[in-house]
Amino acid sequence: MKHVKTLTDKTLKSTMAKGGCGECQTSCQSACKTSCTVGNQTCENKR
Amino acid sequence: MIHQYKNNGYNIVLDVCSGAVHVVDDLLYDVIACYEENNQNARETTLTSLTDKLTQYSHEDLQEALEEVETLRSRGELFAEDEYESFVMDFKRRKTVVKALCLHIAHDCNLGCRYCFAEEGEYHGDRSLMSVEVGKQALDFLIANSGNRRNLEVDFFGGEPTMNFEVVKELVRYGRQLERQYDKKFRFTLTTNGILLNDEMMEFANREMANVVLSIDGRKSVNDYMRPAKNGKSSYDIIVPKFQRFAELRNQTNYYVRGTYTHYNTDFSEDVLHLADLGFQQISVEPVVAGPEEPYAIQESDLPKLMEEYDKLAREMIKRNKNGNGFRFFHFMIDLSQGPCVAKRLSGCGSGTEYLAVTPWGDLYPCHQFVGQEEFKLGNVYDGIQAEAVRDEFKLCNVYAKEKCRNCFARFYCSGGCAANAYHFHGNILDAYDIGCELQKKRIECAIMIEAALADQEEKEKKEA
Repeated sequence: MKHVKTLTDKTLKSTMAKGGCGECQTSCQSACKTSCTVGNQTCENKR
Repeated sequence: MIHQYKNNGYNIVLDVCSGAVHVVDDLLYDVIACYEENNQNARETTLTSLTDKLTQYSHEDLQEALEEVETLRSRGELFAEDEYESFVMDFKRRKTVVKALCLHIAHDCNLGCRYCFAEEGEYHGDRSLMSVEVGKQALDFLIANSGNRRNLEVDFFGGEPTMNFEVVKELVRYGRQLERQYDKKFRFTLTTNGILLNDEMMEFANREMANVVLSIDGRKSVNDYMRPAKNGKSSYDIIVPKFQRFAELRNQTNYYVRGTYTHYNTDFSEDVLHLADLGFQQISVEPVVAGPEEPYAIQESDLPKLMEEYDKLAREMIKRNKNGNGFRFFHFMIDLSQGPCVAKRLSGCGSGTEYLAVTPWGDLYPCHQFVGQEEFKLGNVYDGIQAEAVRDEFKLCNVYAKEKCRNCFARFYCSGGCAANAYHFHGNILDAYDIGCELQKKRIECAIMIEAALADQEEKEKKEA
């Protein structure tokens, strides 16, 4: 395609099937403590 | 739902529900905007309306762009439907487990920070230190309530945890025993203001702590005004050399220098860059959260300036990355390809369910920011969760339960924001702290723009090679 560069495809949807293993870090344990920042975390299963 | 914006020369289109992110040219950017208005109509109508509206482009260009839009749409990467709400219904019925504790090792502090939500460590109560016995019971509680989760997190928090460091050491030793006994893995973290930090503590932390959070606000004048030592002297001079050494000893990874900016330093990008210039490569500086009656609170009128500052910081980070002296800024970190799954994004930070705070005497609260507010007390480490109704309120707290979040483009990035902030501003954990939302949205936009710029840079370098 000429007019678009896709940085990432439908990554969110494709994770729906698994349902979440829950092994990932709790967001507030990293470096915030006064805000909620979930989208910047990495999935434990993809490390 | 889509969200499109222009930043630093990039036209960005987020397809909110699929998670797809596209960088497009002006033509496609304009076509997507019109398409959204017309997407119920047949293609011919859309092309006709595009030709009428976007007179600056030729009919052929518009047709070509429209075909690309339709291709993306058919792949499920544009205008994807939100299919997660039913998933949440199942999600909230499932039994939650506890996987992280914030241990309030000391309700006492050796600094007198003006903005401290913990009231200089006292959290609406008396000064107090956690005993080894309470700490061990907390770890036992965590193991007993963690189900089949293997990775468990324990943050040594305060007040200032180094004021009770022997207990920290003893609890780490105890945790290592439990790991072997129960086949679990503890990730310990330490949040410290650095005043008492010494070589022995650093050596211990480097051996045992998965992450350390080092509190400093940035420039000396900014830091010392908001974070004065108890004798009124500079805390900056005491902590900077120690933090620099600590960061080096940790090979510049698995730590953050973490600061707070306020109404007094709305030019906070200077503080972030100051920390970078001191050699720190992992930096987190975030807005203070305080009621409007506080003179240092972020006000709505600060927002335009703060937005500019995030843009400025983003541009400088791209430049430094190119020049080989890049650093990471926590709130611009975004993992577009390996980010959290939908389940994680929907469950949010986990406060009150997966994540609990423990007071020095063993009471349990939904998170560190609720400590001392009796109506949120969940139970204690001896008897477990007793206030199940409060726990369930947090269990049901997700983006679909929040009116302000339902149609927000950022909902899968912030996961509905901080429950404590919502409560403190609106008296309801299902509300949202509006100034925080505006800043969060801006940070997400900048973070994605940085990804676009870095991808661009990489492509250019490949071509040159």
